[in-house]
Amino acid sequence: MAEKHNPLEQFEIQTLIPIRLGNLDISFTNSSAFMVLAVAAVAILMILAVRPRASIPGRWQILAELSYEFIARLVSDNIGKDGKPYFSLIFTIFMFILFGNFLGMLPYSFTFTSHIAVTLSMALVIFVLVTIIAFFKHGTRFFSFFLPAGVPIFLAPLLIVIEVISYFTRPFSLSIRLFANMMAGHTLLKVVGGFVFPLGILGFVPLAGLVAITGLEFLIAFLQAYIFTILTCIYINDAINLH
Amino acid sequence: MDVEAAKLIGAGLATLGFVGPGIGIGLIWAALINSVGRNPAAAGAITTTAWVSFALVEALAIFALAIALLILFG
Repeated sequence: MAEKHNPLEQFEIQTLIPIRLGNLDISFTNSSAFMVLAVAAVAILMILAVRPRASIPGRWQILAELSYEFIARLVSDNIGKDGKPYFSLIFTIFMFILFGNFLGMLPYSFTFTSHIAVTLSMALVIFVLVTIIAFFKHGTRFFSFFLPAGVPIFLAPLLIVIEVISYFTRPFSLSIRLFANMMAGHTLLKVVGGFVFPLGILGFVPLAGLVAITGLEFLIAFLQAYIFTILTCIYINDAINLH
Repeated sequence: MDVEAAKLIGAGLATLGFVGPGIGIGLIWAALINSVGRNPAAAGAITTTAWVSFALVEALAIFALAIALLILFG
């Protein structure tokens, strides 16, 4: 048997530039490097592509305009007119996660969205932001969010508990969904890839499967970025319109 | 029972988590086919919602897969 490879190896964090701040380890790692790469790629795409400002757009400009309009429609469909101020935040989240997922699909690259530390901190920022928006817009009337209107009063004790729990599990379900999808998908690719060579001439069977799973992973990469964004929209809508 | 064997059995048991999402995804596509058959004009809007619900349900299957893989290789 060939030397044993662990399919979880690809998620290892390697320190590129060690930086220490007191007891804190804030080293520049391969994860940070890929985040910088994703931000740079998005910035370059959005800045250079729309630079010509042509009335008949070229291919790059169409790409930039399509992604802009895609999110603009998502925001107006889910939040309405009040969603305008949050467009830039939602667009940034979408492009950052999308590029993170897609950069991870390159062989030998690192997927920073496959780490719970990254996704949970994004989800917690959104959660805190949504709560602050709700308090600013509605003050203490925000607490009526936990008791939907028109509910029989004897159901209130049960319903309030359920609503409060479901409100506080939001950041966890949001972050675990993205992280688990990315981690399981990439591990699955490695596991199926491990069958190709040991099977010899029959190796084309798992290879065909690998091609199909890679296609599926591209779909999942886009879909999970979309889900993260649309749920952010729904949460902000909840905060603005209270159900 | 030695730990290696227990790990393999545990990973196999973790895949039982695919049952629920399998039923759920089947229900989603069945509902999509039904509703598009009744009202083909609304296909676009319904399909978007169907994909979102698909991803939400599929995430549950992925949790089970992640657990199984973590037991095997973690």
